[in-house]
Amino acid sequence: MANVPDNLHYSKDHEWVRVEGDIAVIGITDHAQDQLGDVVYVELPKAGDEFAANDSFGSVESVKAVSEIFTPVTGKITETNDSLNDEPEKVNKDPYGDGWMIKMTMKSPGEVDSLLTAAEYEDFTKAEE
Amino acid sequence: MVAPALDLKKTPLNDLHRKLGGRMVEFGGWDMPVQYAAGTIGEHLRTRTHAGLFDVSHMGEIDVRGPEAIAFVNKLASNDASKLIDGQAQYSALTTPQGTVIDDLLVYRFAEDHLLLVVNAGTTDKDWGWISSHQTGEAVKLENVSAQYCQIAIQGPQAISILQTLTETPLHEIKYYHFVRGQVDGVDSIISRTGYTGEDGFEVYAPPDKAEQLWSKILDAGNYGSEEGVLPCGLAARNTLRLEAGMCLYGHEIDETTTLLEANLGWITKLNKGDFIGREALAKQKEERIKRKLVGFEVTDRGIARDHQDILIDGQKVGIVTSGSPAPFLKKNIGMGYVPVEFANVEQNIEIDVRGKPVSAKIVALPFYKRAK
Repeated sequence: MANVPDNLHYSKDHEWVRVEGDIAVIGITDHAQDQLGDVVYVELPKAGDEFAANDSFGSVESVKAVSEIFTPVTGKITETNDSLNDEPEKVNKDPYGDGWMIKMTMKSPGEVDSLLTAAEYEDFTKAEE
Repeated sequence: MVAPALDLKKTPLNDLHRKLGGRMVEFGGWDMPVQYAAGTIGEHLRTRTHAGLFDVSHMGEIDVRGPEAIAFVNKLASNDASKLIDGQAQYSALTTPQGTVIDDLLVYRFAEDHLLLVVNAGTTDKDWGWISSHQTGEAVKLENVSAQYCQIAIQGPQAISILQTLTETPLHEIKYYHFVRGQVDGVDSIISRTGYTGEDGFEVYAPPDKAEQLWSKILDAGNYGSEEGVLPCGLAARNTLRLEAGMCLYGHEIDETTTLLEANLGWITKLNKGDFIGREALAKQKEERIKRKLVGFEVTDRGIARDHQDILIDGQKVGIVTSGSPAPFLKKNIGMGYVPVEFANVEQNIEIDVRGKPVSAKIVALPFYKRAK
């Protein structure tokens, strides 16, 4: 069973958001990394880039497939996890920790309230299967 | 776990794949494992270093019998079946009158009057239709015997020692691209020293009701579950292994729009063996020289080339990627594709249009990977 931590917010595109003050830390869920298989390449934006909620901000590739990744909230990138360039497998091993992808300052922090809770996300992934 | 669509065909190992954690996908009308719990990279690497086990029961088999069996196959397939001896297999292709490829296949010779054609899963029905439409008279008897066989491939440097524990047949005596009838764990089988991974290994054909027994026994014999044991491998690893080995995959490198000569398959195109369907077109193309050619490339930038992306030179599209993927053993991003012959040279710089972004690559020699003998 995929790991779905309680303290995070989730999107229907299988990203998670951890709120740290006005910063959103974003990555893909355990369920998403499991579905993808071995992650071999992650393409991320640059600090300073701005995205609206549901914009594609990059891509994550497994041996077999490419998946776009989307910003669950609106804001400006403050930091990206450049260690994924050399160690993309962190996304598989620790999707909620070392496998984080981007940090952004949120333009409207209230946006996270429209995302799924852990329980809702779990139900959502079950319904998808 | 997602249930298979009702109309998907299942191999006799379908339940076992699910029990082993296989992630099932549709492939050529079949419900097949794309990977197991170890993941594609783990499966690929284990096959290169130890051994991998593959269910290839979805492949089609067509029996050709009768005094004209060899002449019949030689009319339809490009390689020279008359050169085979009993117990030998040959890579060949069914060609259209234009010299393009209906399917690639293996031709097994059991006897002068008995050949077995092993064809791709997704093309079995098309091949059967094409082959049977050329049958005339009583001198050749054809039968689609696909349902009478399961096919299990054990591949990798330890394949021979693992399989040897289950059979009295001296496996080292079977030469590459030869086969024997023998028993594996007491099951009457065809043991063929062939494969699609670039490794030494065997493909075992047996009755479908024995598939689970053979599969499980081979996993046990290969210490499945241990650090250095055999791993069951899905279609994704099968694809990356064959790509590293520079082998064509039907529907990618070859299809009814590509000729054998363009696909570097001149070595199975025997223009002097007598007439066959497509011979005239291929002889003409050989004389006039091909205009495009299948090449291998490796990506030199960051980025992964994928199937169907454009190949660019000086910003202009010159060709198409037929297979593009990370290569787990070589730890590079590689691919194959067609380019005009004037660019088909090793070290030629090209670019791949990766979703709108040009990514540098260069043409390299095929195969990408060759095992140490």
